[in-house]
Amino acid sequence: MNWSFFHKLGSPKWFHDISGRWLPWFAVAGVLLLSVGSVWGLFFAPEDYQQGNSFRIIYIHVPAAFVAQSCYMMLAVAGIVSLVWRMKLADVALKCAAPIGAWMTFVALLTGAIWGKPTWGTYWVWDARLTSMLILLFLYFGIIALGQAISNRETSAKATAVLAIVGVVNIPIIKYSVDWWNTLHQPATFKITEKPAMPVEMWLPLLLMVLGFYALFTVSLLMRMRLEVLRREHKTRWVREVLEKSS
Amino acid sequence: MKPLPVELDSLACERDQRELFASLSLRLEPGEILQVAGPNGSGKTSLLRIMAGLLPASAGEIHYGGRSVFHGAGQEDWRRHRLFIGHAPAVKGALTAEENLSWLCALSEPVAVEAIWQALEQVGLRGFEDIPCHNLSAGQHRRVALARLYLERHPVWILDEPFTAIDKAGVAALEKHIVKHAALGGMVIMTTHHGLEHLPGVRQLDMGQLN
Amino acid sequence: MRRVVWLLFCREWRLAWRRPGDLLNPLVFFALVVSLFPLAVGPEPTMLRSMAPGVIWVAALLATLLSLDGLFRSDYDDGSLEQWVLSPHPLALMVLVKVLHHWLLSGLAMVLLAPLFGLMLALPLSSLPVLVLTLLLGTPVLSLLGAVGAALTVGLKSGGVLLALLILPLYIPVLILGTGAMDAALQGMPVTGYALWLGCLAMLALSLAPIAIAAGLRIGVSE
Repeated sequence: MNWSFFHKLGSPKWFHDISGRWLPWFAVAGVLLLSVGSVWGLFFAPEDYQQGNSFRIIYIHVPAAFVAQSCYMMLAVAGIVSLVWRMKLADVALKCAAPIGAWMTFVALLTGAIWGKPTWGTYWVWDARLTSMLILLFLYFGIIALGQAISNRETSAKATAVLAIVGVVNIPIIKYSVDWWNTLHQPATFKITEKPAMPVEMWLPLLLMVLGFYALFTVSLLMRMRLEVLRREHKTRWVREVLEKSS
Repeated sequence: MKPLPVELDSLACERDQRELFASLSLRLEPGEILQVAGPNGSGKTSLLRIMAGLLPASAGEIHYGGRSVFHGAGQEDWRRHRLFIGHAPAVKGALTAEENLSWLCALSEPVAVEAIWQALEQVGLRGFEDIPCHNLSAGQHRRVALARLYLERHPVWILDEPFTAIDKAGVAALEKHIVKHAALGGMVIMTTHHGLEHLPGVRQLDMGQLN
Repeated sequence: MRRVVWLLFCREWRLAWRRPGDLLNPLVFFALVVSLFPLAVGPEPTMLRSMAPGVIWVAALLATLLSLDGLFRSDYDDGSLEQWVLSPHPLALMVLVKVLHHWLLSGLAMVLLAPLFGLMLALPLSSLPVLVLTLLLGTPVLSLLGAVGAALTVGLKSGGVLLALLILPLYIPVLILGTGAMDAALQGMPVTGYALWLGCLAMLALSLAPIAIAAGLRIGVSE
């Protein structure tokens, strides 16, 4: 296997170059997917036979929840890479992705609460999924808070990496225990996201929205990372050249 | 235990985006005393902490007997051979001098109580063996920590400001002990603002003049 | 190796007995939090009984967290931790001994006190063995997970609130299983499943947490 690719990944300049080339593509893909998906989902997809039009919030809720969860996995992967291979770019990714993940979790919670009103008649129920998302939000807060509390940059990166890994080991345990707690306290009520066999016209726009959210996530992550890399490397010659060229 | 040669190979240290030193290369033979000097903030303590294994170097290598001390068998050897006494003396106030030393030595190799008492006598703490250390002065705390130099058999000593808070007689005794350790083939790497010119065979590394 | 573990145990023992306040304070806190609830919601026995498992577990969670905040801090401040990290002995083993010792003095005391508070919160006698059993299995998990947070915040001057923020979400499974077992016991249902799950978590924490604690301490010492 050729490892030069992997080692190049550690170079901030290489990252800045390549991400600059990828960024427009992700942005275009994101805009296309999101606009097609939302127009399709909000105007053309059929109504749900039980929930009517209110079900359409899944076109925001589900993608946000997906991205929020995979973002945490990404944090842990970045943490492992940072601790094992001491790759500085992984530190940058960890630091930049955490707030995006927290926002996505927040969006998922907010849309879930809005959805709850027409479905359950109240903004908040201790539904297993919503509760898990709430805990995920707290996990994100922990990572962000720890990163900000430690002033030394390397120490802070390593500590958050360890915390992210510990969190990822715990997430399945938390998820199962919450699911199980939920069945114990609210025996099999109406579950909104586990629809038996959603018709194609409904899930296809959902798929587009999910992909669109991932593209949006990638774009914002790359933009944040590029800025952070420039800030960290501001003394080097290549950054000065980049800045001169753009100004 | 005889030490092996220590080699620093283009070692670099960066703390909070500030380069403290870079491409520091140096070879130390058994029997040498190295005084790391330089102004405050020049990276003396960081160099010692990197050598001890507390701080990762941002670039470069340290070899002990030709093997890297950052991993593998070289690291194992290095861990057993080097003794680090830092700014903080690692002395617990709630424990007596004897209890403190007994635990600190056990971290590498347990020692007998009689040996501890002898060592305490040599650092001038006779009669203070079983008094909780929070009743001792700062200089006496330091002496408790330094008693390890009389107890443990590490051939390489890494000492960060060992003379802090110690009176003249104590400094003289410690200097004598350091010279004796080097004469027996041991190696000493230390920072101090105290002049060591009168000691035989002390090498100077001036961190202020590196860059 | 065995010698080091024993000496470490003796050292921790001496340190603990020379500052008994550090041990007693979390216990008093535990007792205080439990006593606040009847004052807040009224002394009506059926209500207290239904709330008791949750109250006792949440109080145990908070008391453990509070007692762990300073677990490594004094060793960090006086340089002892540096010497631990530099020792040729495995750091993970040493921290495991330290955490278990801490649990023996604070967690175990809480477990032994819990039936008393169970009675005060109108729990029936028959459910008390379950309370003790679940706390016995659950509190080591709380101590080990909390120690991970204590290690990660060791270099910070004000770690208390941050520690809670980092660790409380990770305590949720233990809380759910512990209170679930108590609820089952109150309804006369079997609790073996809960106990086995708590045992699993304890094993998992015993084997993995020391690695994370050691990693956290190494990071803290390199600051």
